[in-house]
Amino acid sequence: MAKSDAKKKTQYGPEFLKGLLEGMLLIRRFEEKAAQMYGLRKIGGFCHIYIGQEAIAVGAAAAIDPARDYIMTAYRDHGHALAASMDPKVVMAELYGKITGCSRGKGGSMHLFDVERHFYGGHGIVGAHIPLATGVALKIKYRGEKGVILCFFGDGAVHQGSFHEALNMAGVWKLPVVYICENNWYGMGTDYRRVSAVHDLSSLASSYNMPGKQVDGMDAIAVFENIKEAVAAVRTESQPSLLELRTYRYMGHSMSDPGTYRTKEEILKQKEQDPILILKNKMTADGVLAEDDYQQMDKRCKQAVAEAVDFAEASEMPAIETMYEDVFK
Amino acid sequence: MPVIAYRDALNQAIDEEMARDDRVFLIGEEVALYNGAYKVSRGLHDKYGDRRVIDTPISEEGFTGIGIGAAMAGLRPIVEWMTFNFSIQALDQVINNAAKMRYMSGGQFSVPIVFRGPNGPAEWLSSQHSQALDAIYSHVPGLKVISAATPYDAKGLLKSAIRDDNPVVMMEAELLYGAKGDVPTDEYLIPLGKADIKRPGREVTLITFGKVVHMVLAAAEALAQDGIDAEVIDLRSLRPLDEAAIVASVAKTSRCIVIDEGWPIASVGAYVAWLVSHRCFDRLDAQVELVTSEDIPMPYNHQLELAAQPSVDKILAAVEKVLYL
Repeated sequence: MAKSDAKKKTQYGPEFLKGLLEGMLLIRRFEEKAAQMYGLRKIGGFCHIYIGQEAIAVGAAAAIDPARDYIMTAYRDHGHALAASMDPKVVMAELYGKITGCSRGKGGSMHLFDVERHFYGGHGIVGAHIPLATGVALKIKYRGEKGVILCFFGDGAVHQGSFHEALNMAGVWKLPVVYICENNWYGMGTDYRRVSAVHDLSSLASSYNMPGKQVDGMDAIAVFENIKEAVAAVRTESQPSLLELRTYRYMGHSMSDPGTYRTKEEILKQKEQDPILILKNKMTADGVLAEDDYQQMDKRCKQAVAEAVDFAEASEMPAIETMYEDVFK
Repeated sequence: MPVIAYRDALNQAIDEEMARDDRVFLIGEEVALYNGAYKVSRGLHDKYGDRRVIDTPISEEGFTGIGIGAAMAGLRPIVEWMTFNFSIQALDQVINNAAKMRYMSGGQFSVPIVFRGPNGPAEWLSSQHSQALDAIYSHVPGLKVISAATPYDAKGLLKSAIRDDNPVVMMEAELLYGAKGDVPTDEYLIPLGKADIKRPGREVTLITFGKVVHMVLAAAEALAQDGIDAEVIDLRSLRPLDEAAIVASVAKTSRCIVIDEGWPIASVGAYVAWLVSHRCFDRLDAQVELVTSEDIPMPYNHQLELAAQPSVDKILAAVEKVLYL
């Protein structure tokens, strides 16, 4: 696994690092509030919280050019949406099912979209969006564009046929796509080692003539650097790749998951590897972050989330007749 | 007017639309170097090359999803399924992704894509390669579904489907690919959602679609010999359905038989029969009859497989019922 050396002083400027940290903190505070509002029944259905995995969405989004690149992910999508610069207000409003939500209250937690920001969803069927992202890559190549798409999915998705079919075609056609498996150890309640013939999921890339690599998904800088490298290989050599980002989710699979399949000790041990603390501690040690900076940052994130809740609360419900809209163009 | 085969009418439609719009491309198994399993794409790879006529591995879910993703991003793919029997491998992509993307994104994305290939019973193929799946696709909101009986309709409908901004499923038929018919040289389009009166008549309405249109026309000729004047409505579009054309015909004849080569339960024919019963209740002089395939998987033996499908005799028997003969 490519662990970054915590003792080495980073080459990145303080503003860049603060951007990563604040990006993660915004997702953390947003997700805490989403969980709270779910408990208050303001949000319903399936709600998959991203806490613990923030370094991946934020590090990845920092590694691409939003003007020409794309992001697509599965149903644990709030973090990716925010990392893709979606307004927390329209994301929270969508969770509330309000007409002001990004999907006009028709998508909910699992189906966030922002066509302008090249955030292509938000998809609910495990693994079924992997061919879609590969199709976006086909479009990029077909049009002779310079972009790349980052396709995120969990460890549960790699056993779907759609994963293997799509990676094979991307390998044959050299499509501009980076496949990013966020291995958070559990496909719902199942330890991935119980259902995977290989425990190094990045090794699956070898079947499709593309490089595979394991990366520490709790280290935002390592995520950024490795995805940057994978994106560069797409741009310069038309080489797709598969990255396995080793991570951990601190909450249940969804809000209705009691989490009986893992111990409190395991979760506590994993929380020592909290991606926000890792970066915060590193920046503090490097002398580029004062505690007061961090507190200000946290205050801004909490404020943005509070405003998102206010916006969602104040927004109108969709009128009944809107249910007939958006079926056909 | 030139007389050409159904497969060549489809080929012309694809060729003309590819020439007209660079965003249109063809993707599927054997579509390029092999010129198509049923030769629908003959010559297109030579003309347009690897970029726009794309051979895939045997991965229906994968290449169907790739087409949908490309459509979300602004291309206009034509996905060829070697047969609709294999489309079942890709059903999740069509139902959960193509049909719903616009809705779930609050109108942000559209999916301008055509899925096409041969559907329905063929000959000597047993159950997995000989079945009509119109009902499965027609059940799903967010899809448009069309079924062409003639070369003229095939070309005009496919051109409209390629230009449509929504996912369109086009049901063709293996046994129709060689069928010949008039196709004008000048460009024309057939709008989606419009039925066609294939034979005007006054005494009984026969509603059908796809390959069976020809059988129903043969039944109508047999009826004419007996002095019975039947009207044959070819739905052409199963979704959206041309309710006005159906109602207008039954209002005129007061008798209706629906013929569908699919299975009876939850079928397109069953829905249309309900629609007629509901919309034309006061005009009907007899109950609506439904002629479908038998409610069994398709057998291999030729006598059995013919017996399992609609036939001229079955249609004539239904006509006798509604005319109280």
